[in-house]
Amino acid sequence: MSITATLIGQIITFAILVWFIGKYLWDPMTQMMDDRKKRIADGLAAAERGQHEQELAEQKAVEHIKEAKEQAAEILSQAQKRGAEIVEDAKDDAKEEGARLITAANAEIELESNRAKEVLREHVVNITLAAAGKIIKKEIDAKAHDVLLKDVVAQL
Amino acid sequence: MSSPAAEGNALTSSEYIQHHLHNNSIGEGGFWVINLDTMFYSWLLAALMMFIAYKMGKSMNPDTPSGGQNVLEAVVEFVQSQIKSIFPGSNPLIGPLSLTIFVWVFLMNAMDLLPVDLLPELGQLVGINYMKVVPTTDLSTTFALALSVFALIIYYNIKIKGPIGYLKMFLFHPFGKYMIPVNIIMTTIEEVAKPISLGLRLFGNMFAGELIFMLIALLGGASLLGLIPQVLFGSVWAIFHIMIVSLQAFIFMLLTIVYLAMAHQDMEEEH
Repeated sequence: MSITATLIGQIITFAILVWFIGKYLWDPMTQMMDDRKKRIADGLAAAERGQHEQELAEQKAVEHIKEAKEQAAEILSQAQKRGAEIVEDAKDDAKEEGARLITAANAEIELESNRAKEVLREHVVNITLAAAGKIIKKEIDAKAHDVLLKDVVAQL
Repeated sequence: MSSPAAEGNALTSSEYIQHHLHNNSIGEGGFWVINLDTMFYSWLLAALMMFIAYKMGKSMNPDTPSGGQNVLEAVVEFVQSQIKSIFPGSNPLIGPLSLTIFVWVFLMNAMDLLPVDLLPELGQLVGINYMKVVPTTDLSTTFALALSVFALIIYYNIKIKGPIGYLKMFLFHPFGKYMIPVNIIMTTIEEVAKPISLGLRLFGNMFAGELIFMLIALLGGASLLGLIPQVLFGSVWAIFHIMIVSLQAFIFMLLTIVYLAMAHQDMEEEH
């Protein structure tokens, strides 16, 4: 029970053991554990970031949908308004057209009636002349009495 | 705790104990003696450590660690956390050094938990007369570790503080510049006490534990009735010894870290 040369052997053994453990176990293992720690931290951060991004995207999507809905509603109301306008315009046009047609028809009617009156007047003149001729038994020379005839026609 | 009854008739109690405390050594007298049993068992355990370290170090799986790797990772992480809480800065040597001390001392201490007669009796069957199984009950082992740590303490003291800084520590510590002779004595005692307390603490604990195992083993050899206290005390002491085995390994490692941490501190930081 005393210190002997075993001491030297044990010191050498110890030194070799420390070197060996350091090279083959401690260094690779701590390196691996550090890497793993980093990887886990990175993964968690990435997951968190992904979640955050998803939240943002969802928010954005909701906004987009809302915007789209608003736009659609606007377009719809515009279209309705436009439709109403078109209907309104068509109505106006139709009215105008109708009025025009009526005036045209009226004008034609007047024209026709004038014409008929003219024809009638001529017939009346002729009848009158024939009647007058019969009465005076003497044919009225149309040429000789042109002025008279015209005067009569104008009076009718 | 196998009974020494087989040889109990031939040996007296003190002869039994002395037989068990005798190293199997070669070399004649004084310092130049090699304790073969101490060397054999410490090498055996060192080889075991190297084998496991090499095997585990080669086949590490960072994603799905399995059984053995989990255990090693837990031990490495435990040592790492101790270093982190004590050691300032970083040093590539302190980690493997602490881990080696912790595991190696633990394994050598744990040899104590084998029945005291088991391996020596087996040894006698093949003609080995003396065998001390626990390497840490040999002062040479504990002081080999303690002196290695002491050498590192001096090395890092000089490396960090510089030779002059280290000298200043002896001159002006702990009482200031007016008490230089006292300071030299005090600091020297303080420094030398480190390896001595390290070596003796481990040796004392393990030697005493081994001795008590032997005394308990002797109980069974005295008479058949002695078997009852032998089993009783043997179990209790073995269970208690599990704590001592781990605690001493832990203390040795922790003090190594503390001493090296102190060596790494500049004088200015200490005050």
